[in-house]
Amino acid sequence: MTPPALPASERTAIVRDGIAVGVATGAYGVSFGAISVASGLDVWQTCLLSLLVFTGASQFALIGVIGAGGAPLSGAVTALLLGTRNTLYGLRLAPLLAWKGWRRLVGAQLVIDESTAMSVNRDSTAAARVGFLSTGISVFALWNLATAIGAVAGNAIGDPRTYGLDAAVGAAFLALLWPRLADRRNQVVAALGAAVALALVPVTAAGVPVLAAGGVALLVGVTSRRPDPTEFPDPPRGHGGPEHPADRTDREDER
Amino acid sequence: MSALWVAVLVTAVGCYLLKLAGLSVPQAVLDHPVVERVADLLPVALLAALVGVQVFADGSSLVLDARIVGLAVAVVALLLRAPFLVVVLLAAAAAALVRLL
Repeated sequence: MTPPALPASERTAIVRDGIAVGVATGAYGVSFGAISVASGLDVWQTCLLSLLVFTGASQFALIGVIGAGGAPLSGAVTALLLGTRNTLYGLRLAPLLAWKGWRRLVGAQLVIDESTAMSVNRDSTAAARVGFLSTGISVFALWNLATAIGAVAGNAIGDPRTYGLDAAVGAAFLALLWPRLADRRNQVVAALGAAVALALVPVTAAGVPVLAAGGVALLVGVTSRRPDPTEFPDPPRGHGGPEHPADRTDREDER
Repeated sequence: MSALWVAVLVTAVGCYLLKLAGLSVPQAVLDHPVVERVADLLPVALLAALVGVQVFADGSSLVLDARIVGLAVAVVALLLRAPFLVVVLLAAAAAALVRLL
């Protein structure tokens, strides 16, 4: 599966980083599980979301809209719109990972922020695959385990508002958004998106305000010219990151 | 089947197909700058809207309650580069504390 041999030491280092990211990211599956059951989903639905959807922002969006009283289907549409960024990641990863057939079908489920961040800047297919798989598999395993723990625990604690779980949802979205706010245009889009949504809260059904904010992205995306420097996620904080530091000017060479 | 289950399954199938599409379609199909920019800005606008709605909306009215304290604490935690789980836990704890007082 790894045609040009990858030195054992480099391989070990990449796998170690991947597992570190898996532990850090997987752990917050606990908060997803707890918030999901607090939003009105049952333990099965919660665990199936982590297993089958497996992309944090979309999962939080679905339960956020449902928890706020929105129509489940508008929550699903919001989740799908957020999921479109994984399509962009896949476009960049495809030539690098170079998978076909069943490997591509299985690998697709692991295309998320973290696995992309840990493989998109590698300089060989072998290194990219090791980074992608070690990160993707460890996040997948721990995210699902943590979700189940959070869902069962969340079910047992009673009224979630007592524990501030409703405030935790907003904080979760902010934390997901935070790395993108380094860019000025993103700050403007975020401010406009929030303003549009809040303006619509009193006059539309729950779920609609968030979808309408997507219009801001459409408008700015069509009218502006500059590419976004924060388009790709940085490797998660708190560990060494890829062997070859993310040098964004290198990316053009990988196409 | 309940609307909730339909939403769960639609999200599951849709999100998987979006991932698979990226790995499968020829790059040229989606590699238009405008498509790329819109898809790239969508998470920013949607996440910001979700923050706003989660913190300020109560049904169809806008309110200021303990959640704004949770958000403020989250901002501080993020500025201090706290990891995700710490940010979320601190925000929840702050809101819970305000409700206790």
